[in-house]
Amino acid sequence: MTSMNVYLDNSATTRVDPAVVEAMLPFFTERFGNPSSIHSKGVEAREAVEVAREQVAKLINAKPSEIIFTSGGTESDNLAIAGAARAAHSADSSKNAVVCSNVEHPAVLNTCKDLAASGFSFSEAKVSPNGVLEVAEAQSNISSKTAVASIMLANNEIGSIQPVAEVAKLCHEQGVLMHTDAVQATGKIPIDVRKLDVDLLSLASHKFHGPKGVGALYLREGVKIKPIFGGGGQERGLRSGTENVPGIIGLGAAAQIARENLSVDIAHMERLRDKLIDNLVVLPRAFLNGSHDQRLPNNANFRFLGLEGEALITLLDGDGICASTGSACSSKKLRASHVLTALGLADWEAHGSLRLTLSRFTTQDEVDYAIEKIPAAVSTLRRMSPVWAKLERGEKIEDVKDGHVH
Amino acid sequence: MATYTEKVMEHFKNPKNMGEMKDADGKGEVGNPSCGDLMTVYIKVKDGRIADISFQTFGCVAAVATSSMVTELARGKTLDEAMKLTREDVAESLGGLPPIKLHCSNLAADALHEAIKDYRKKTDEA
Repeated sequence: MTSMNVYLDNSATTRVDPAVVEAMLPFFTERFGNPSSIHSKGVEAREAVEVAREQVAKLINAKPSEIIFTSGGTESDNLAIAGAARAAHSADSSKNAVVCSNVEHPAVLNTCKDLAASGFSFSEAKVSPNGVLEVAEAQSNISSKTAVASIMLANNEIGSIQPVAEVAKLCHEQGVLMHTDAVQATGKIPIDVRKLDVDLLSLASHKFHGPKGVGALYLREGVKIKPIFGGGGQERGLRSGTENVPGIIGLGAAAQIARENLSVDIAHMERLRDKLIDNLVVLPRAFLNGSHDQRLPNNANFRFLGLEGEALITLLDGDGICASTGSACSSKKLRASHVLTALGLADWEAHGSLRLTLSRFTTQDEVDYAIEKIPAAVSTLRRMSPVWAKLERGEKIEDVKDGHVH
Repeated sequence: MATYTEKVMEHFKNPKNMGEMKDADGKGEVGNPSCGDLMTVYIKVKDGRIADISFQTFGCVAAVATSSMVTELARGKTLDEAMKLTREDVAESLGGLPPIKLHCSNLAADALHEAIKDYRKKTDEA
């Protein structure tokens, strides 16, 4: 097979749908008004923003008035958790704790840690070895002192889908606000905020073929949060700053396309994902990280023992394949990913991980090409690996935690 | 992903002297698989010089490239000269490494030094 450009890193970001770009363009040049202006240029921008709000609301079965536009997933997570925790604490000073899972995105994890540094207590509910949180584990971390609990709808590395509705029920029994980071789930599985019964939900446009730099926070009617920064009081005073109108229009268009195509997209991605899984887990000492059943349709995450992820990604890049890893060496920290080690994997095992993530635009040819190239790259690295040689000789690899000898 | 020099990529894609040496006179293994890198350097010594050298490496692009480079730098050198090869020598020969990756060049030089020490220990005992 000749060389191809294959993009299998759609959990990092996606290609913007050309129809989305088309929808955005007039808002840079002709319809450039500020939605807060009283004149007709302002009014036309305001009207377009409100259409986008409806489009986003429909995707998740919310009311338009429950959607706040933000700069993306990270801001939505910060605003949701810090905003809800502070508001709950001001209303009732006994509300002084936050809870999240141990596989959250850093946007959630670090917001919780920041709250911990400012006096909240913070606990992490631990997922099972398949990457899915048991409801009982969540329950043991949540009490009436909890201001807000944040459990992601689907994990960014291993695609595991969490029992958000069940945890939300627990939360509400104890007067706890429930947030979910749905950044990876949006456009990949059906989302209904009424069924999930969450109070807050974060999403990001660029993960489902919209532009970067824009996202939304769903805030259930009647739920109080504090803004995280001050200014002109846009977005009902909860998110100051002139609206990113072209971005918001793009997010709205992407949301509408995602909603209209969801069932077709899911079937398409799931078929390609399963083809990847079926063809790659049969390699020697290759495993699927995370649950197969409770998994996003676009995520396959493997570990190939005896090699290191960054080296694998680099070899694949040379073949024209864009993929990602949970490996330490690529993430600028000399640590294995906290998600993979949360599954109970030893660091040395986690280092050999490869994440392949699909989208609506991923083709059968791309997947076939990856299935041809990946085994060769895996073999190349294993041939030079003393760890692989030890495994082949039946030796045990010691996992020396915190054993940084250099 | 870190940005690597062409030289690093060259050594990563076509590593020199890669593979286990069954009849090595000295063997040095450094690193820790938990940190994502383990290197083994094998040497054959003749008349006080490194007559043959090879490596095996589990690790990132920089770990592979520095291993390959250290074998190239050490080949033909006397044991004393090879002991003086430093991490800076390895990194410089590759046209530099991203700061986060400098530890990899440390490991490659260390593995070479360990192999020499192993050889000396064996010959002292003999």
